[in-house]
Amino acid sequence: MTGKQNLFFQKFGVTPTDLQRYLSEALSAGGDYADLYFEYLTSTNITVDESIVKSATQGISAGCGVRVLAGERTGYAYTDDLAPEKILRAARTAALIARGPAQQPVQGFKESAAHQLYQISSPSVDADIAAKLDLVMRADRAARAYDPRIVQVRGGYADELRQILVVGSDGTFATDVQPLARFTVICIAKSGENSAKGQSGGGGRVEIDYFQTEKTPETFAQEAARQTIIQLDAREAPAGEMEVVLGPGWPGILLHEAIGHGLEADFNRKGTSAFSGLIGKRVASDKCMVVDNGTLPSRRGSLNVDDEGSPTQETVLIENGILKGYLSDKLSARLMGMPSTGSGRRESYEHIPMPRMTNTYMLAGNDAPEDIIRSVKRGVYAVNFGGGQVDITNGKFVFSASEAYMIEDGHVTAPLKNCTLIGNGPDALTRVSMVGNDLQLDEGVGTCGKDGQSVPVGVGIPTLKLDSMTVGGTAR
Amino acid sequence: MATHTEVLNEIQTDLRELAVETISRALKAGATAAEAIIQEGNEFSTVVRLGQVETLKESGSRAIGLRVFIGKKTASTYSSDFTNEGIERLVSGAVTLARVTSEDPYAGLPDPSLLGIVPGDLKLYFEDVHSLPPEERIEYARRAESAAMAVDTRIGNSDGGSFDAGTGHKIFANSLGFVGEYRRSQCSIMAIPIAQADNGVMQRDAWYSVARTLTRLESPEAVGKEAARRTLRRLGARKIASTQVPVVFDSETARSLLSEIADCVSGDAIYRHASFLAGKLGEKIAGENITLTDDGTMPQGFGTAPFDGEGIPTRRTVVIEKGVLKSYLLNTYTAKKLGLKTTGNAARGLTGNPGIRPGNFFLEQGRKTPEAIIADIKQGLYITDLMGFGVNHVTGDYSRGASGIWIEHGELTYPVEEITVAGNLRDMLNNIVEIGNDLEFRSSLASPTLRIDGMMIAGE
Repeated sequence: MTGKQNLFFQKFGVTPTDLQRYLSEALSAGGDYADLYFEYLTSTNITVDESIVKSATQGISAGCGVRVLAGERTGYAYTDDLAPEKILRAARTAALIARGPAQQPVQGFKESAAHQLYQISSPSVDADIAAKLDLVMRADRAARAYDPRIVQVRGGYADELRQILVVGSDGTFATDVQPLARFTVICIAKSGENSAKGQSGGGGRVEIDYFQTEKTPETFAQEAARQTIIQLDAREAPAGEMEVVLGPGWPGILLHEAIGHGLEADFNRKGTSAFSGLIGKRVASDKCMVVDNGTLPSRRGSLNVDDEGSPTQETVLIENGILKGYLSDKLSARLMGMPSTGSGRRESYEHIPMPRMTNTYMLAGNDAPEDIIRSVKRGVYAVNFGGGQVDITNGKFVFSASEAYMIEDGHVTAPLKNCTLIGNGPDALTRVSMVGNDLQLDEGVGTCGKDGQSVPVGVGIPTLKLDSMTVGGTAR
Repeated sequence: MATHTEVLNEIQTDLRELAVETISRALKAGATAAEAIIQEGNEFSTVVRLGQVETLKESGSRAIGLRVFIGKKTASTYSSDFTNEGIERLVSGAVTLARVTSEDPYAGLPDPSLLGIVPGDLKLYFEDVHSLPPEERIEYARRAESAAMAVDTRIGNSDGGSFDAGTGHKIFANSLGFVGEYRRSQCSIMAIPIAQADNGVMQRDAWYSVARTLTRLESPEAVGKEAARRTLRRLGARKIASTQVPVVFDSETARSLLSEIADCVSGDAIYRHASFLAGKLGEKIAGENITLTDDGTMPQGFGTAPFDGEGIPTRRTVVIEKGVLKSYLLNTYTAKKLGLKTTGNAARGLTGNPGIRPGNFFLEQGRKTPEAIIADIKQGLYITDLMGFGVNHVTGDYSRGASGIWIEHGELTYPVEEITVAGNLRDMLNNIVEIGNDLEFRSSLASPTLRIDGMMIAGE
């Protein structure tokens, strides 16, 4: 272990000897493995609503979670008080998952080389609050200036800085300082009897300067306003199976729902996923190459190390349509006899880590987006989405289009009202017949929920054509 | 029970004092008004899968939130650090932040004359949720799972049986002199069996029982058997052709419709024009058979509290009466914006301005049994599960993934999946042609079985 400067050593007086003692206590009843996750999180949130700053909040939370593994069993306890006696008590509680004398010794800590995926020069949480207010006010003005029919604008800026220390009885020692910032703009428009809502946003593991230089508040505001105004004239979406073209970027939520969750190792270890036992089998057309990649610089879903202290990596999920791999944490890796893919994530110190996605996307193909549209006789072109959901056991998934258009005779025509698309994970991607050359990742707004735990994620696709998918509109 | 009382009272007094002291420190630091909230809680959960304990989790935590006003400006902070230094930082942080926010003419604490606490025992806290020894808690989870798996040989896998118990303690105080606190307890049993059809396709479903006291919890066996029944009836599900037929939402899926309505009558959505019900107060927005009530005072209710997130007593509010929109759900801020009075529906988390949350929000039940409602339908769909987030509150447009059972000549026949059900909430509220007699509070929102006509089903 290096003598790296660490918040928990400096601010909370934790020492390497303490860490060894806590881990020994956690393994005192015979567990196979134990780890500690220390977290110190500071956050800021600003909301501008009706052109005034209605809310500004700041918060601090700190705590430590203790996990003990014994075979397939997990014991977990946490404390928001980092005093040694409190951590020891949590360790004793978690230890009870095992029954018997201590068997595993705690290994000496070894800090492994980590990625450097995000820059922290002046952490956003400490940056001048006035500068953040200014950003959100700019978004408000830009959205209102876009069109007089915009009657309500709500802009929000949220950032956090998460400092973690993960140590494991196998010698794992990892620290990370993880920034995360997000900008959101929501607009409401009215025109006569019609109302509409639109939303845009973005961010990542970035600092305030990202919104001052790369993606300005005006960019998000104009995009939210554009979507809102278009929706004022939307007509009823069709109902039934038809050709569907997904625009690049955020519609990659298709991958997240249709296959991503189904490939998380815990479900497959237990045989509860529609993808269980499908490694080496065809689950997509041969044009499909899908990866989960936690190592993209500054991306919302990226991490230098996962929440178990393992380095993140790029994991191939689907290669030329064939299912290649699962996303694994330490527990599933050990039980399935495969390496961890650095996919063990958790919402906070109060939560047990489990296999999760990072940034999930499909690689670019060869088709020009215009050719893809031109090839459709009658179908739907969906370019923006709200949330999605999947039942991993039967594979059925949905995702809801918030901006979509009809395609008629190869041309994009009328905007459509919000509608849900539904499909079956193991065969939805077998219907991908064209893959665009325009891969985009989303702007950085995705949050994934699993077992009540939320973590930031990214998605992406090039323009894609699915020969058949069920569109849940109201028109015949 | 008696052995714990003294200890609890001691803690109680400490935290009340801390809340009051934090407010007075905020006033000294320059705030003109302030409110503090302290939340502490503990949780226990266990999952048993295939007869073996899979996870065991036990812990507790607490945190404090402070909201300050400087005139008409407001800001808030929260922390889990209860030391003197931590509270100092909480206070100075909030006051510093408030200086840079904007004047909002509608911001402020409630009218002091409205503050108060619902009298009497609302029966929200029962120590017995933590009284079981750990082995017995694990046994509850194990029994629920094994009851489910014993029902049918096609159930060969499981996402487990679980038992959860937790208690929470909330203290709220403001600079108008209000100090209130209450405790709540909750325990639950759940089973998630997985069944496999002959063709290899798996299905799962779940059932649960939740209560504020162990004595009100259904038996693990009853939970397991119902979970198995719900799972088995999905086996062999198929897609159907797109069609327009009467749709019956079972009480679980009907409850999700109420959740959408609750969002659409929330004062926040109304003043922002973010609801299709904005400006419709006093108008007929639903069929005459629709009466929808919010009641935050029901004993043992999952949505019950003696006061809301601003120290206003909770109450009973008729939201829709015989199809007419009678009231929105409001807090102090949204009431001022709309020129109305708060309905005691302020929701207060640790941080930020109060939001809005219904209490116990329910649709008055009808006379027909769910079976009789189904028996009247020649061809239709009985919906047992909904997926996704395809509801637009601004326009009322509704489109969600669904699965259920096809109705043919008044009888449930084969299971259906991979379809969507779509319409518009405005029409749906007017096309609820039957309401069941099966109202049961399994959460803070409750609906009987509903038949809605005119919705579009998209499939093949």
